[in-house]
Amino acid sequence: MILHLHRVTKAFGGLVAVRDVTFAVAPGQIAGLIGPNGAGKTTLFNCINGVVPITAGRVELDGRAISGLPPHAVARLGLARTHQIVRPLKELTVRENTIAGACFGRERHGLKAAARLADEALERLELSSLAAVPAGNLTIAMKKRLELARALAAQPRLLLLDEVLAGLNATEVGQMVRTIRSIRESGVTIVMIEHIMHAVMALSDRVLVIDRGTLIADGEPKAVARDPAVIAAYLGKPSEPADADQDGVSPEAPR
Amino acid sequence: MWSETLLASTVDGLLIGVVYGLAALGLTLIFGVMNVVNLAHGPTMTLGMFGIYLSATKLGLHPFAGLVLVAAGGLLLGVGIYVVAVKRVIDAPHLASLLATFSVNLMIVGVATAIFSTSFRNLSHDLGVLRAGPIAVPGTRVAAALLAVAVAAALQVFLTRTRLGKYVRAVAANRAAAELVGIPSARVLALSFGIGTMLAATAGGLIALSLPFTVLSGGVYELKSFVIVVLGGLGNPLGALVGGVVLGLIEGIVPVFARATWVPVLEYGLFVLILLVRPSGLLGGGR
Amino acid sequence: MGTQRRHAPTVVAASLLVLSAALPALAGSASMRETMFSVLLAIGLAASLNILLGYCGYASFGHVVFFGIGGYAGFYLVAVQGAHLATAIAGGGLVAGAFAAGLGAAILRLRGPHFALATIGVNEAVKALIVNIEPLGGPTGMNLNVSVFRAYGGAAGMLWAAYGTAAAIAVGAVVLGGLVRTSRFGLGLLVIREDEDAAAVLGVVAWRYKVGAYVLSAVFPGMLGALFFFKQGVIEPAGAFRLDLSVELLVMVMLGGAGTVLGPLVGAGSYQLLRSGLLTSDLEVLGVRIRDVQLAVAGALLLLVVQLVPAGLVGWARGRWLALRSRPA
Repeated sequence: MILHLHRVTKAFGGLVAVRDVTFAVAPGQIAGLIGPNGAGKTTLFNCINGVVPITAGRVELDGRAISGLPPHAVARLGLARTHQIVRPLKELTVRENTIAGACFGRERHGLKAAARLADEALERLELSSLAAVPAGNLTIAMKKRLELARALAAQPRLLLLDEVLAGLNATEVGQMVRTIRSIRESGVTIVMIEHIMHAVMALSDRVLVIDRGTLIADGEPKAVARDPAVIAAYLGKPSEPADADQDGVSPEAPR
Repeated sequence: MWSETLLASTVDGLLIGVVYGLAALGLTLIFGVMNVVNLAHGPTMTLGMFGIYLSATKLGLHPFAGLVLVAAGGLLLGVGIYVVAVKRVIDAPHLASLLATFSVNLMIVGVATAIFSTSFRNLSHDLGVLRAGPIAVPGTRVAAALLAVAVAAALQVFLTRTRLGKYVRAVAANRAAAELVGIPSARVLALSFGIGTMLAATAGGLIALSLPFTVLSGGVYELKSFVIVVLGGLGNPLGALVGGVVLGLIEGIVPVFARATWVPVLEYGLFVLILLVRPSGLLGGGR
Repeated sequence: MGTQRRHAPTVVAASLLVLSAALPALAGSASMRETMFSVLLAIGLAASLNILLGYCGYASFGHVVFFGIGGYAGFYLVAVQGAHLATAIAGGGLVAGAFAAGLGAAILRLRGPHFALATIGVNEAVKALIVNIEPLGGPTGMNLNVSVFRAYGGAAGMLWAAYGTAAAIAVGAVVLGGLVRTSRFGLGLLVIREDEDAAAVLGVVAWRYKVGAYVLSAVFPGMLGALFFFKQGVIEPAGAFRLDLSVELLVMVMLGGAGTVLGPLVGAGSYQLLRSGLLTSDLEVLGVRIRDVQLAVAGALLLLVVQLVPAGLVGWARGRWLALRSRPA
């Protein structure tokens, strides 16, 4: 198991945002993490990469305990992530952003090697033509791609994707889905938070469902979609989750 | 005998500390409302000093009448500084607003130096000496401290009881939300900067009642205000008053035990220490 | 990004600096030398500050503390220990760097205005402390015996030697700034400047980078302090820890363009030349001699820069250039 969460709990004061979550992800898998807004998905990511200290439990990366390590140490062990609210380094160019990913990630390359990796990542995400543009000038869709390119340039073993599809149009979603698949094919394990149901169902080898901080389902996409507990908690009413005609099947308003 | 000196120094420190607190209140109010550290704070105090001095020497006004003039002038000056220098950089990185207000600092000091030179002035307004047992304090000091308390109390009433004051607090708490409910934040920000500047100028005027000053004195008091707002917590009005008194007491009491030159070591040492271990100030929690 | 192009700004800056520093020597003019000395001093200080302010995004308002500490360390070595100027300069740089390492580990946890205020507090605390240290001369400071200058070819020879040394240190500071800017270390600093939390997620060990930048930004000011006060022949607390000089350094970096290699050179150069121009000018506007209000003119200039070209002169030019280049995209 490349990622193993064992009874992870995170409380902010009296508010328990993540409660007793246990799951493991095998190498090469894509695990979809879904759940209503405020369910604790992003908090769980923050617990995994050390942005917030967990209250109880244990997180292991490749059998090594990483809970308690600061984010930079977790990054160096080969974990990269993207953010739901994109965080490009605005005044640096797209290329510099991506080089930074390669420089300080797992391998800690020198600038030259990092530049090569960065150019590959930019190529892969079709950002090469924008390499010299300051990242702050990009559109949201482009910024999302840049986040992914930066994470990819770090050559991670495990990639946490936080809503990389949100805000993209249908064509862009299609492109991104193909890109994510190709990343997995290159051997990277992926955990992705996503609201666009058909994409999650299509991409994921398994789906984890969180509701109010608790893991309520864990299994193959089809099985999870039929799970009455999931339908009750997540969708509120019985419906067909894998509706290909719409992006916004999820009950909350798109961001 | 020794304890009498201590008592007298304590009273002295307390009285001046309240005035320091009023100046710092202006600085902390501006920070609390718009997250700007006003580096034109010191020269504003200088202008208050010269305002009261000139209104007494040139216009023949009573110093307390002069103080009203200084307060009104300070308010206008503050609104002016806000519009000219601060408005456009208020959402920029901190350095921009720091440098913008510092540019105002340079301009005021530059012009004031050209007009007044850097020689000492003295208002020497005499209100006699108040005696209570072994303690004797100049009446001007007592009057200055009382006026400072009165102004601070008036500010408190303004902030909690008037509609405009509530606007100021709303903008301080959450500018975006305040705008959503229809509060004219642009005008409230200008007004807040004006009030902060007014407090600084008034405090400068109060200091000038009993202490000699030069064009550059404001810089000294500006540093004191920094120490005070950090002691009290940046953006915390009550903290500014408490911090002022703490600083006044340090200045009053420490020289009884050690050479006066250790006072600034202690002050600035404490200042850095508080920033490091208790950045929200002695009272904890801003605003 | 080829090596040549990467280092182009550094090469340009260093050449420009060497050429302009040679002018007074070629002309043999003592007054020109003194003007240029102040320019070189400012460039060395501004280029150093730029490493912390421009690359790392930490606005140190009390950076002059390293100038003062280096000055005192160097002065003590020369005046009390009878050391050579070279030793004093090395000592000044070392002491300033060591102080920055210890101080940085503590105060670089603070961000934004809290950090700015802390640096002011440190400068004032050190100044106040030195007033109380008798071996360093207390409030009145220390003096050099003029006979010390004999070893440097008398007072006149010493002035030229000091000038040459200032030029060398200024070039050193600018080159260091260029090397850092184009290095992996420098990229780490830029990432921290843009978003410190995101930097950690990328794997940047922020505190190590920040302290590194702080130390690098302190060493040359320490050396320049040792040189400057040696040349003055006197040092006292009020002159060594001038907060106004400290803020002027920020102004210079901003004027030229924070975070650029050429910026500190352009900013410090133009600011100092403007200041000395104003100071010696007989120009009158509306019956006011500009010389008398030079501080106010400097303030007005700063205000214009902050409001209209916040990226500074070099930053603005670079922005135009980038915009032109990336237009097809």
